[in-house]
Amino acid sequence: MSDPQNQVGSKTAAAVTVNEPGAGNRLAGPGTGRAVSQPTDARVERHASFDPADFPALTGREEDWRFTPLKRLRGLHESPAADGKVAVEITAAEPVVVETVGRDDARLGKAGIPVDRTSALAWAGFTEATVITVPAEAEVAEPVRVSLTGTGGTVFGNVLVDVKPFAKAVVVLDYQGSATYSENVQFLVGDSADLTVIALQEWADDAVHLSQQQAKLGRDARFQSINVTFGGDLVRLTPRVVYTGPGGDAELLGVYFADAGQHLESRLLVDHSATHCKSRVTYKGALQGQDAHTVWVGDVLIRAEAEQTDTYELNRNLVLTDGARADSVPNLEIETGEIVGAGHASATGRFDDEQLFYLQARGIREDEARRLVVRGFFADVIGRIGIPDVQERLMTKVEEELAGAVTAGAAV
Amino acid sequence: MATLEIKDLHVTVEGENGPREILRGVNLTVKEGETHAIMGPNGSGKSTLAYSIAGHPKYTITSGTVTLDGEDVLAMTVDERARAGMFLAMQYPVEIPGVTVSNFLRTAATAIRGEAPKLRTWVKEVNGAMEAIQMDKAMAERNVNEGFSGGEKKRHEILQMELLKPKIAILDETDSGLDVDALKTVSEGVNRVRESGEVGTLLITHYTRILRYIKPDFVHVFSDGRIVESGGPELADKLESEGYESYAKAGA
Repeated sequence: MSDPQNQVGSKTAAAVTVNEPGAGNRLAGPGTGRAVSQPTDARVERHASFDPADFPALTGREEDWRFTPLKRLRGLHESPAADGKVAVEITAAEPVVVETVGRDDARLGKAGIPVDRTSALAWAGFTEATVITVPAEAEVAEPVRVSLTGTGGTVFGNVLVDVKPFAKAVVVLDYQGSATYSENVQFLVGDSADLTVIALQEWADDAVHLSQQQAKLGRDARFQSINVTFGGDLVRLTPRVVYTGPGGDAELLGVYFADAGQHLESRLLVDHSATHCKSRVTYKGALQGQDAHTVWVGDVLIRAEAEQTDTYELNRNLVLTDGARADSVPNLEIETGEIVGAGHASATGRFDDEQLFYLQARGIREDEARRLVVRGFFADVIGRIGIPDVQERLMTKVEEELAGAVTAGAAV
Repeated sequence: MATLEIKDLHVTVEGENGPREILRGVNLTVKEGETHAIMGPNGSGKSTLAYSIAGHPKYTITSGTVTLDGEDVLAMTVDERARAGMFLAMQYPVEIPGVTVSNFLRTAATAIRGEAPKLRTWVKEVNGAMEAIQMDKAMAERNVNEGFSGGEKKRHEILQMELLKPKIAILDETDSGLDVDALKTVSEGVNRVRESGEVGTLLITHYTRILRYIKPDFVHVFSDGRIVESGGPELADKLESEGYESYAKAGA
């Protein structure tokens, strides 16, 4: 009773919602007569189409839209007119080829067909696409930097990164400014190719961004995706990974930091349909302020033919103040027992007052103690980015966000 | 000369049925160079005393004073108390993911000393202190307390005590969960700091075992939220043979 470790910090009480793994699904396992948690899934098998008319209008009650405040999409789910601009500037070293192409370019859509209405609407709405090609066997040391800067209005984007066999490249997508922006971003990672993509959502406070990301991995391909979201009023990312041959390796990392009123959503799908493939999903988020809302839904499907699959997904959320809400839903569906490993973990917690006490008891001031803890929380994910200037920029950004939290926290 | 003075300290903790009084008038003076052992049964309030002095937010001071060299400790924030020279070696140190021991120690030393230690001498200092307390140097790159064994956590606490050189060190059940070898190593660490003669030590323990390695100048028996008897080292021997039973009755 005199042990303060048993005390739950109460100063930063928050509404925390963590759904049980597989929430809403019929449970599988011993005694249930089922080996699969849900019928082979609507979210995977549902129809795919480039035509928005093939998708019914959204009501917000759909499973994959139930967390998203549709009225804040500014019509991106209806039939919006493109009336704005997002300027695309690309810095790429030889032998990377950068092209701006029209709608009829045959390469577009090769990594996947839109699987939902907003993705199809974005497909119907774009006029120009950016195609970045890394030729076979080229190893490009310098990152390809793509800056996308919004200057207001509604815009539909389309980007294809095509990394040919045995090539290796890093692409940084840097989103800034204001826009109501819906895009399809596709990644073709050829046999034994290696692509790292870092997407930095550093939008202005009023931006709305729907990013439909699809990656298609060849045999023995390696794909690393890092989605970093700080800015925007509403950002919804839907990364999907499919494998076309054995030996593919996908690492999906995410960092997000939601302030008051921000809605940051990540919905991932890794579709294991080939043998000996690996996937790792690690998303970490911090939340602060009234009505800061984050959503993470991680779906992993291991199909019957995907023997020797090795997968693990993890989501952690750190709630820094009252009034913030984190939803976290991992779903793992396994259709074969012949796998190396499959697991998931999800945890959402408040800022730990005991950690704060421990650091302060060593003379460290409260604001610096908070900084240490939050930096530490993100350190493992940010550390894996491997590009020093991007890592440094993100850590600085975390500290800037936090400086706001300390001030806000003091008022609570 | 550093002096910690606790006068008529009353402390409550928020319980299910409102505040509950845990400390009921503690009086104690600890001077630089002295070692005081506070012994008592579980639930007597020993740890509450330690955490109240360190400023844990769970506890409410309802009356009394705590001063360090005349300065009002209770008016200070937790970190101000540490910078004033107070140190608490915790019974259950928390894990801090993503913060390495090395980064943590340097940040703490910078805070306590008021300036960042010079890198070259600092590395030497830390390595020497880790060697003395028999901590593997590789632990400096591990996250604070993460995956540490019970013994490693206690070594890490005493390592901090050696590096931060407090005026008053409070050791809360530092002996709990240690085997004899670890207890000896940890005690030697405490003794190295004590030998400087510049620290007042308040050793909180349930068992007399640690007092074989760290010799107290004074022993106090704690029961029902206050000190019920004080004496020299011989009082520990009495407790060893007779236990706390007579005090529990007296306290009730």
